[in-house]
Amino acid sequence: MTQAQLAQGNSPLLAVRDVSVVFGGIIALNGVSFNMHKGNILGLIGPNGAGKTTLFNCLSRLYQPSSGDILMEGASILTRPAHKIAEIGIGRTFQNVALFPNLSVLDNVRVGCHSRTSSDIISDSLKLAWVRRSEADVNKKVHEILAYLDLEEVGHTVVSGLPFGTQKRVELARALAADPKILLLDEPAGGLNHEEVYVLGDLIKKLRDERHLTVLLVEHHMGLVMSIADHVVALNFGRKLAEGTPAQVQADPDVIKAYLGSKDQ
Amino acid sequence: MSAAAEDTVTEAPAVEAVPKRAMTLGTGTSLVILAALLVTPVFVKNFVVFQMTMVMIYGIAVLALNILTGGSGQFSLGQSAFYALGAYTSAVLMENFNVNYALTLPIAGLVSFGAGYLFGKPALRLSGIYLALATFALAVAMPQLLKLHFLEQWTGGVQGLTVMKPDAPFGLPIGQDKWLYYFTLVIALAIYIGSVNLLRSRSGRAFMSIRDNEIAASAMGVDVAQYKTLAFGVSAAITGIAGGLSAIVVAFVAPDSYTINLAIALFLGMVVGGVGWLPGSFVGAAFIIFVPNIAESISKGLSGAVFGVLLFLVIFLVPHGARQVAIVAQQMLGNLRKN
Repeated sequence: MTQAQLAQGNSPLLAVRDVSVVFGGIIALNGVSFNMHKGNILGLIGPNGAGKTTLFNCLSRLYQPSSGDILMEGASILTRPAHKIAEIGIGRTFQNVALFPNLSVLDNVRVGCHSRTSSDIISDSLKLAWVRRSEADVNKKVHEILAYLDLEEVGHTVVSGLPFGTQKRVELARALAADPKILLLDEPAGGLNHEEVYVLGDLIKKLRDERHLTVLLVEHHMGLVMSIADHVVALNFGRKLAEGTPAQVQADPDVIKAYLGSKDQ
Repeated sequence: MSAAAEDTVTEAPAVEAVPKRAMTLGTGTSLVILAALLVTPVFVKNFVVFQMTMVMIYGIAVLALNILTGGSGQFSLGQSAFYALGAYTSAVLMENFNVNYALTLPIAGLVSFGAGYLFGKPALRLSGIYLALATFALAVAMPQLLKLHFLEQWTGGVQGLTVMKPDAPFGLPIGQDKWLYYFTLVIALAIYIGSVNLLRSRSGRAFMSIRDNEIAASAMGVDVAQYKTLAFGVSAAITGIAGGLSAIVVAFVAPDSYTINLAIALFLGMVVGGVGWLPGSFVGAAFIIFVPNIAESISKGLSGAVFGVLLFLVIFLVPHGARQVAIVAQQMLGNLRKN
């Protein structure tokens, strides 16, 4: 953590405390700790198998850590089931895009509003007045987000027919629909071409600045992480290797060794 | 905790589904069909009216399966059990407790909802063909449960129960069959509209998000277990109402009317109508009622084989069922208008 952030004296928005994950005999994560501060973009890097996605899945409650804790605004998230994570303000995208392929773009994003709305099957079947009002609010919000991400034209298109890059934006739109405080992005640059990666980088910065989001960026693409992250955590073999500003982490001998190998090997 | 969780993220959905916009017919088409349904009984014989009533009743049951399979992506070969439960609830209430026939239907729906919801709980652990097998067991068990000796004073055991067929109310000058036709039409219409509303709502989107990708649905805040059991409950409730209607219209219930054959027929109706396409449910129901008769008129001795050939032709020529026919018809109409 940089001195400037310490000086602010803010408690972290999200705190990962000594988290370990063991699958059978394999230690996927070993006592990893770091903090995420409001309005920051935190880059989580590491070679294949370093434990990035495992950590990510702990944050979205798909995996249960064997020990340690994860605190969101001071409260542990580990007592919550996976479907109660969106409501406390943690949104995510998936590594290889996990949209609802048979639904339209509009409906995919509408599902994103699920955690912010309520309904029951009787009221829904009868289309009661309060359900109609709630749906009108959802539609307004969804259209605003689609406009923001330049997806309005494909609103009625079924997502399985869209190009990969567009699908990634739809996934982002779906995550935004839940009004997250923290956005977890799992390799958003994967499968994008050179130019698209830089457009994505600008978009992530724009989301942070205009929508006041805190972003956890798990990424292989060093160029992207180093150009937009405020803070970088490097993992290798389940352990935290280094932490600091992009420049610090890039210069860290352990990180260089993990990525390139060392001379004495 | 499972390392497999990651892999299932990109798993293909079990059901190829219909986009939500294309789930219903256009307003114009719907009104024409409704008008035809209102007028037809005036011109046809009572037996045809009875058959049309049965098409609507089976149509409601197929629609219920469509909500479960087309909506939430869960298979069921056990719909006959919920149908039987509804039919017996209505029959027993009418015959043993003198409840008005119309009032027995919501009760049949509630009882079946309870049964479906409870069955949906353990079924959560199963998916795909395993779920189909578990529901199959339900369908096989139900006729025998209905024959149980200690229930015989209410259910009539193997003999079943004969039910009084209700007359038209308020001294309306129409026969029983025609009255029950309109009675069924109103209920079918209400259930159809309610189901369309449901599938287009927040709950319906939750069902479909689960069908398409459970892990992503859960990350969006959808309580997957809750909605899966709800889908079972809703489907069972609607099937139960269809069963109750059949008890009233046929005026008779017996355990062996609700065997696995009925469940398979309903499943067939869904596939022929087009999975996930709600209007197709009624086309599918017409198929399972009329095509066996057609087969019999072609060859009495080989009616089963003829039915098989006809079914094979349908699946081979229009694998997406009535929905596919409707889409082609729509395109042809569109072309005609252009020219």
